[in-house]
Amino acid sequence: MAEYMIIILGAVLVNNFVLVRFLGICPFLGVSKKLDSAVGMSLAVIFVMVLATAATYPVQMLLNRAGVGYLQTLAFILIIASLVQLVEIALKKYLPGLHKSLGVYLPLITTNCAVLGVCILNIDEGFTYLQAIVNALGAGIGFLLAMVLFSGVRQRIEENDYPAAFKGVPSTLIAASIVSMAFMGFAGVIDGIFGR
Amino acid sequence: MNKLSIITNGIIKENPALILLLGTCPTLAVTTSAVNGIGMGVSTMAVLICSNIVIAMLKRIIPAKVRIPCYIVVIAGFVTIVSLLLQAFAPDINKALGLFIPLIVVNCIILGRAEMFANKNSVLDSALDGIGMGIGFTFALLCMGSIRELIGSGCLFGFEITTKIIDPVAIFMLAPGAFFTYGCLVALVNYLTKGKAIKAEMGCTNCPSAAACQLAGKGGCDE
Repeated sequence: MAEYMIIILGAVLVNNFVLVRFLGICPFLGVSKKLDSAVGMSLAVIFVMVLATAATYPVQMLLNRAGVGYLQTLAFILIIASLVQLVEIALKKYLPGLHKSLGVYLPLITTNCAVLGVCILNIDEGFTYLQAIVNALGAGIGFLLAMVLFSGVRQRIEENDYPAAFKGVPSTLIAASIVSMAFMGFAGVIDGIFGR
Repeated sequence: MNKLSIITNGIIKENPALILLLGTCPTLAVTTSAVNGIGMGVSTMAVLICSNIVIAMLKRIIPAKVRIPCYIVVIAGFVTIVSLLLQAFAPDINKALGLFIPLIVVNCIILGRAEMFANKNSVLDSALDGIGMGIGFTFALLCMGSIRELIGSGCLFGFEITTKIIDPVAIFMLAPGAFFTYGCLVALVNYLTKGKAIKAEMGCTNCPSAAACQLAGKGGCDE
């Protein structure tokens, strides 16, 4: 159990996908303006990350067995793209309510580097199937945490007065810098808790 | 359009990283040194030129409805080639860039140029656009990389410059430094162009997913 806790805490806090690994910066800067859209987008990302990991991990094993492991990138992006389409169709048909709140973000996620990133990372880190899925879940929660925290920070920024040249994206980036500095404080937290 | 202006368009007027604000993930992640910045820029440029050429050639054959998946396959093919070439001939750069080499596939710049330019223009123009955009992106990464390397480790291209005068500010090599440097660079571009070049917000107009996304028509992701 401790092993899975370490993976989750590591993915959520220490190696936060957005603020430490720089994956999924576009939605982080683009969709974090309002809290509800930030939450909707993040939930869709968590969902797709876990599904995509569950689907790509066995495919990598198949590719390795066939001796064509280098086709990873090509295979993964196709699986993710078709998976997102399938999920959208399925949600529309069977869970229209969920589709209404999450579905709108799904097409944006196909080209989200965080999803492809987590699939490739899980292979690179040499995780087992279960560990990979737990890591994907942690990465998604980390994304949610960063989005929610940052949407709060952004709402505060909007109300303040700062130099004209920093209006818009630059101020957002500087704020992200400070938030990511806060996340650096988590660097030793796992060693502290689990005494490794 | 004039051939030269296609190239300069990508370098100055529509610089992908500094003005269109595309490809933010690699811009922030791999620019811990000037050399890494150039490595990433050149790899992206190679993929961009090749995919632009192939997509411009295939534009009459690819059905409009499935064009995005087709573009992704073409791009992923070239990314695999570049990744294998880097593994063979530049293992150090390959190690430093790591995960971000396969992630060139989902770099918005490449899909965006396929959708906005190669899809509508001749093969030669598309190749020139790829060169211009590639140089613009490489230049932006080089700027980021040089600033972060100089302040963060006191070196430039691995040569010691300011280490003896002031202590390096190590945080510039880490995540907060990346966000800060990028924010200041974009603010500088904003200042120099008097706020005309960059839109105040990251909008749907630059997003390559706009064609596939229902939100683009309704006024943006936040609605």
